[in-house]
Amino acid sequence: MAISLLEKYSVDEVFAPFQEVVQVEGEGVSQAVVVPKEKLVTIMEHLAQNFSLDYLSDLTAVDRGEKGFEVVYNLFSISKKFELCVKTLTSQSEAEVPTVIPVWPGADWMEREVYDLMGVTFAGHPNMTRLLLPEEFEGHPLRKTFKLQSRA
Amino acid sequence: MNTNQDILLTIAATLRSFLDPLLGNPDVVDVTMYGVALAAILGIIFGNAVILVWAERKVAGYMQSRPGPNRVGPIGLLQTVADTIKLITKEDIRPKGVDRWVWFLAPVVLFVPTLAAYAVFPFSEGLIAVDLNIGLFYFLAVASTVTIPFLMAGWSSNNKYSLIGGMRSVAQMVSYEIPLVFSLIGVVMLVGSLKMSSIVEAQSGIWFIFLQPVAFLIYVIAATAETNRTPFDLVEGESEIVAGPMTEYSGMKWSLFFLAEYANLFAVSAIATTVFLGGWQPPPMPAVMRDAVAFIPGWIWFAAKTYFMIFLFMWFRWTFPRFRVDQLMSFGWKVLLPLALANILVTGVGIYAYRIAIGG
Amino acid sequence: MQTQTFELNMGPQHPATHGVLRVVLELDGEIVVKATPVIGYLHRGIEKICENRTYVQSIPFTDRMDYLSGMNNNLAICQTIEKLMALEIPERAEYIRVITAELNRIASHMITIGVLALDLGGWTGMVYCFRDRERILDLFNSLCGARMTFNYIRVGGVGWDLPEGWLDECRRFLKDLPEMLKTYEDLISGNEILQMRLKGVAPLSAERAIAMSASGAVLRASGVDYDVRKANPYGIYDRFDFEVPLGTSGDNWDRFYLRYLEIIQSARIIEQALEQIPEGPVMAKVPKMIKPPVGEVYHHVENPRGDLGFYLVSDGSPKPYRWHARRPAMINLQLLDELSRGTFIADVVATLGTLDPVLGEVDC
Repeated sequence: MAISLLEKYSVDEVFAPFQEVVQVEGEGVSQAVVVPKEKLVTIMEHLAQNFSLDYLSDLTAVDRGEKGFEVVYNLFSISKKFELCVKTLTSQSEAEVPTVIPVWPGADWMEREVYDLMGVTFAGHPNMTRLLLPEEFEGHPLRKTFKLQSRA
Repeated sequence: MNTNQDILLTIAATLRSFLDPLLGNPDVVDVTMYGVALAAILGIIFGNAVILVWAERKVAGYMQSRPGPNRVGPIGLLQTVADTIKLITKEDIRPKGVDRWVWFLAPVVLFVPTLAAYAVFPFSEGLIAVDLNIGLFYFLAVASTVTIPFLMAGWSSNNKYSLIGGMRSVAQMVSYEIPLVFSLIGVVMLVGSLKMSSIVEAQSGIWFIFLQPVAFLIYVIAATAETNRTPFDLVEGESEIVAGPMTEYSGMKWSLFFLAEYANLFAVSAIATTVFLGGWQPPPMPAVMRDAVAFIPGWIWFAAKTYFMIFLFMWFRWTFPRFRVDQLMSFGWKVLLPLALANILVTGVGIYAYRIAIGG
Repeated sequence: MQTQTFELNMGPQHPATHGVLRVVLELDGEIVVKATPVIGYLHRGIEKICENRTYVQSIPFTDRMDYLSGMNNNLAICQTIEKLMALEIPERAEYIRVITAELNRIASHMITIGVLALDLGGWTGMVYCFRDRERILDLFNSLCGARMTFNYIRVGGVGWDLPEGWLDECRRFLKDLPEMLKTYEDLISGNEILQMRLKGVAPLSAERAIAMSASGAVLRASGVDYDVRKANPYGIYDRFDFEVPLGTSGDNWDRFYLRYLEIIQSARIIEQALEQIPEGPVMAKVPKMIKPPVGEVYHHVENPRGDLGFYLVSDGSPKPYRWHARRPAMINLQLLDELSRGTFIADVVATLGTLDPVLGEVDC
């Protein structure tokens, strides 16, 4: 059974260089590490290199309304079988986080999907275009402000 | 040799004796008889297409443990007829961007060499439209023009899939033409003639498949490639280039391609029969048995062998996956061609040695 | 001689694109310079739909994502919800889940193998694979009345108990399986032309596969030992003895043959499960209206196409606040471009076949 990285090491150990900016949120299965987006790529590189969290399982975003958008990274270590959920926040107006493609090239389509459906831009992404919806589509359907049409 | 007069030859002779007084001039009678032969060949081609399409689907069904067509007519025999009616009554769609005349001519032109090739097939002793003294050469020359209509269709369709298919067909047919011809040369060396009837008669003692097994193998492989059938169906390559040159064709034009495919299949099988399997002659057997089967006309033997070859080709089609274009080329040029050349060399040395042995 | 590349639009209607995938190929003759997959033709907005449904109502939608492995998808979403609710489910239900999920994996791999043979021009191989897969679908049909969209695995267990004689039927299938595999070996994987077509084509290194977040057979073909059933066992998978077949070079052949080997391992798991399956209830006590506590969870399972994950955010209401699926087929499909470059058109079809996307899942 894979365990959370934070069960094996303490937060202080893992995030020693970034201690001030990192917060742990939630408990049990909901446990996640929230990092500021300015430090996102550096922290991800740190995790990938020093704690062999080499596998980006999932990348998605959650619309938290007033709080802004939460971009969620689920990481996994294939060799050590750790898992870790990392989050970062961006405000509603800004809706932009840096891309993690330099760390995991496979984030390409996942980021494009988030951009397409949630409207969060990834700064530095080489091809920030819609993935699933047609180019002329207006709006981002997974935002809570996007209401489904009532059934006829 | 067969002493019983063949029923088909009897019919031809009767027809001739009937026409002779009617038309007077023997040249006119000859021309009329060629017309009859042409009609007979057309009948063979169409009749064969009907049977072969049905047979292909039955064979496919057999290979895939399912019944195949079995609804229209007894054991599905009329399925092809129904399909033909459907194809003829279909709308003839001409896509916008096609090169009108070339596009229209391609299926027609494809059909002509196929038809012409049938002129030299010795269906039985004396049952041959024209027994040219360069019969085999004529067949090869005519059959090699089949490349052009495929290129015409591919180019004029104004479709990239068609174009790729057309280019592939040129590359493939030209490459496999050479081993095909070379595989037949061994036999021609043995017989010393290109005349179809002489080639068949030369096999009264032993079939050339036993004297030229390698040539037969090369011929079968190259012929599969020439007819664009799996594992060499790159020209159509359904899962890659949709239907190659035929992509834009529909209705009757498409069915002409289809017809030509089966006519070609029959043609290469007929040549295999003629050159390697003893043509119209019964299989080698003791004299007693030979007399017992003497009542069977030559064209039955010919048809039986040809259909066996066709079954072989169908067997390939339904069991093999497809080659890739570079593998196809390297196989043709690096394996088949040297093998065919070596076969010619060995045959030549063999003939020389044989002559010395018998003191020639 | 001056030459020019040209663009070929393959799909969304094309015999070999496994549905409605469009690939824009830039070609230099027959050689691929660039292959750009264009997806979204089957996008139905399942994530948005599910955020407007209750938790239980979202289960049938997972059947329609990867429609070749509905059981595994049902299993994934149900386990995610259960993880969120910290729900224990009865033993018998766990075993039924494993049996159905593994049977579904076999069925899905049969399609992959058969369709790849078809893509390479081998019609007959495909027919045999589909024939044998039908046996599994018949089993599912007698179990839950559906061949592909099951909705059988539910939150708290499974919908209902196995019908009488079902386990015997399942055993009979397993008894016949080796013979089926022998047929595929003879007809498909043993064929030299097919091996020539697949071996050494479009290799993928282990580092690159991990970096690209590839999963399933695509990742394991490169020699990376990552199978969620072993790496992060869910349900009762830690009770079974099975191996994770690994490839070496990550070429098309490895990706293809691995699926063949995985069928054997799945059969092993089912055999063990059939021996161990206890009697008992198949459904835990679950409230009629499921309202998981506030929180969020990421849970992943190994579906036939790879690492299928669900990320659920609950705000305590009957509807999920966020319902996200990590779709392995979509993430694996990213590799098509780099794997196809420099190969032939015919290889694109083969590479696509070994990446094995199901467009229902890619587009979601």
